[in-house]
Amino acid sequence: MVALLAAVPALFPGYQTSLATLTLIYALLAMSVDILAGYAGRTPLCHGAIFGAATYVVMYYVTSAGGNPWIGVALGIATAVAVSLIFALLAVRTTGVYFLLLTLALGMVVWGVCQRWTSVTGGENGLRGNARPEWLSDPVRFYYFVLVIGLLASFVMWRFVRSPFGLALKGIRESESRMRSLGYNTTAHLLLGFLFSGLMAGISGVLYAFFNSFVSPSTVALAQSVKGLLMAIIGGVGTLFGGVVGAGIIILLENVVSSYTERWSMVLGLLFVLTMIFAPEGIVGKIRSLLGRRKTTKNQVSTQPA
Amino acid sequence: MSFTLFQIFNGLTFAALLFLVASGFTLIFGLMRIVNLAHGAMYLMGGYVAYVVAVSTQSFILGVAAAAVAVALLGLVEQSLLRFVKGAELRQVLMTLGLALMLNDAALVIFGGDTFSVPTPQLLQGPLEFFGMTYPRYRLFVLLVGVIVLVLLWLLMNRTRLGALIRAGVDDAETVEAMGVNIRKVFVITFMLGMALAGVAGAMGGAFLSLYPTADSEILVFSLAVVIIGGRGSLAGAALGSIAVAMLSTFGQVWFPELAYFVIFGPMALLLAFRPHGLFGRAV
Repeated sequence: MVALLAAVPALFPGYQTSLATLTLIYALLAMSVDILAGYAGRTPLCHGAIFGAATYVVMYYVTSAGGNPWIGVALGIATAVAVSLIFALLAVRTTGVYFLLLTLALGMVVWGVCQRWTSVTGGENGLRGNARPEWLSDPVRFYYFVLVIGLLASFVMWRFVRSPFGLALKGIRESESRMRSLGYNTTAHLLLGFLFSGLMAGISGVLYAFFNSFVSPSTVALAQSVKGLLMAIIGGVGTLFGGVVGAGIIILLENVVSSYTERWSMVLGLLFVLTMIFAPEGIVGKIRSLLGRRKTTKNQVSTQPA
Repeated sequence: MSFTLFQIFNGLTFAALLFLVASGFTLIFGLMRIVNLAHGAMYLMGGYVAYVVAVSTQSFILGVAAAAVAVALLGLVEQSLLRFVKGAELRQVLMTLGLALMLNDAALVIFGGDTFSVPTPQLLQGPLEFFGMTYPRYRLFVLLVGVIVLVLLWLLMNRTRLGALIRAGVDDAETVEAMGVNIRKVFVITFMLGMALAGVAGAMGGAFLSLYPTADSEILVFSLAVVIIGGRGSLAGAALGSIAVAMLSTFGQVWFPELAYFVIFGPMALLLAFRPHGLFGRAV
């Protein structure tokens, strides 16, 4: 799998490499969504805002204020974590649909601020300019840069969800009251889980600033959060690496559809509806459950006396 | 002084419009546990239908009626789609989100990115003078409609059998069903009623806020704030929430134009931190 990803620039040069870069960036976003949706059982609709806040800070610091890109990166990630902290403090006490609604509304605040605070964010026109450091200007080298960061971040996330802390989050997903009565501080767990998820969304937002050289309110809009969540869902909630598959499918589809018609948003909506009806467990989840079923039927066959 | 009074009236008339949207939203949320994120798109659809009908028939009333009927029918379609994911709250919400995207895009195909205003009848045009202040007649009319709908909904909920069933359903749908009531029918009626209200709101709002492609998500976010503040399934909550959100929004835009959004959602988030189910909401 890693070898395949490493061979992408050689196999698919030019524009396709930049698509692959974009896919990796979004895969990171989808995985950060999955940490909350899949492992903590709290489906968020604010990750586009966290992601976009990091993008805005990098773009503002580097292009408008003329600062050093790496300090911009640090500030961008710090902003993402700070935004997540505020969101988390307000949202962790709610569950289910209320969590979804509250995070949606909080994400809209960020959107509203980016839209109206024109003196800093440029309003509808957004901020434009190259934020990427000199030595990353080559698209192939940038792809490898994103790949390395993506692999490192995925490894950290994978360790995170399998750590005792991640397992405690899963426990909270199954039954918060039981975990609490077992002596776990569930609020603190959810808060930290949210912060970690926000950190990862921030990293992907920073990479997006490097990639896109442009940011506008649509980067922090609800549609962005929806996209991240749909990627996580299509890949399979609670599978972590499903996010990579989901991101690949959506980015690819977006490009194919956009080359034929302008109705991408219609297709995205339809995809959402169909996924909810036919494959709510996602692709990786579906494959897993199919494999699991085969395994159990095999076991049943072998345990039955002939 | 008169400027403040003018702003208070702006807030109240906006609150009346918000109440039209949010009352349907909160009833559906309360009774069926469905957060209909397509509600804003339905509002926009209602506005466009009203625009087309009102322009072609020269009748505002017909436009409003057509909007109510068309959106109620759309709601029926949506509800039958939602049957596929019955019982799974999150899947339902996400599905309505997908429908919202589709409806919004369909509207963009048909009407493009231009701004439309539903034409109003002669009688409601121009200003009205009272208390030494001139104020647009149409906005006062919206305020009147909002109050009338509030009263009618209150009568429906508290004085009719259907209202009693809806209230009982909000508290415990399963028990109502076990007592031999066809709760599914109550669901369908409530859903269509809520949608019809969204359609009427679209027609009303389409005349003074005008219709454009992102109007749906703006009104959706406002009604979300209303329901989060007011609590799910509560008419009084929807009314108070509408006034709170509309006032915050109106005065926020005057005092802090760049941070207007923050002014609405800051207090909402704080309220939620202390009362997670809103002012009138009850724990599930």
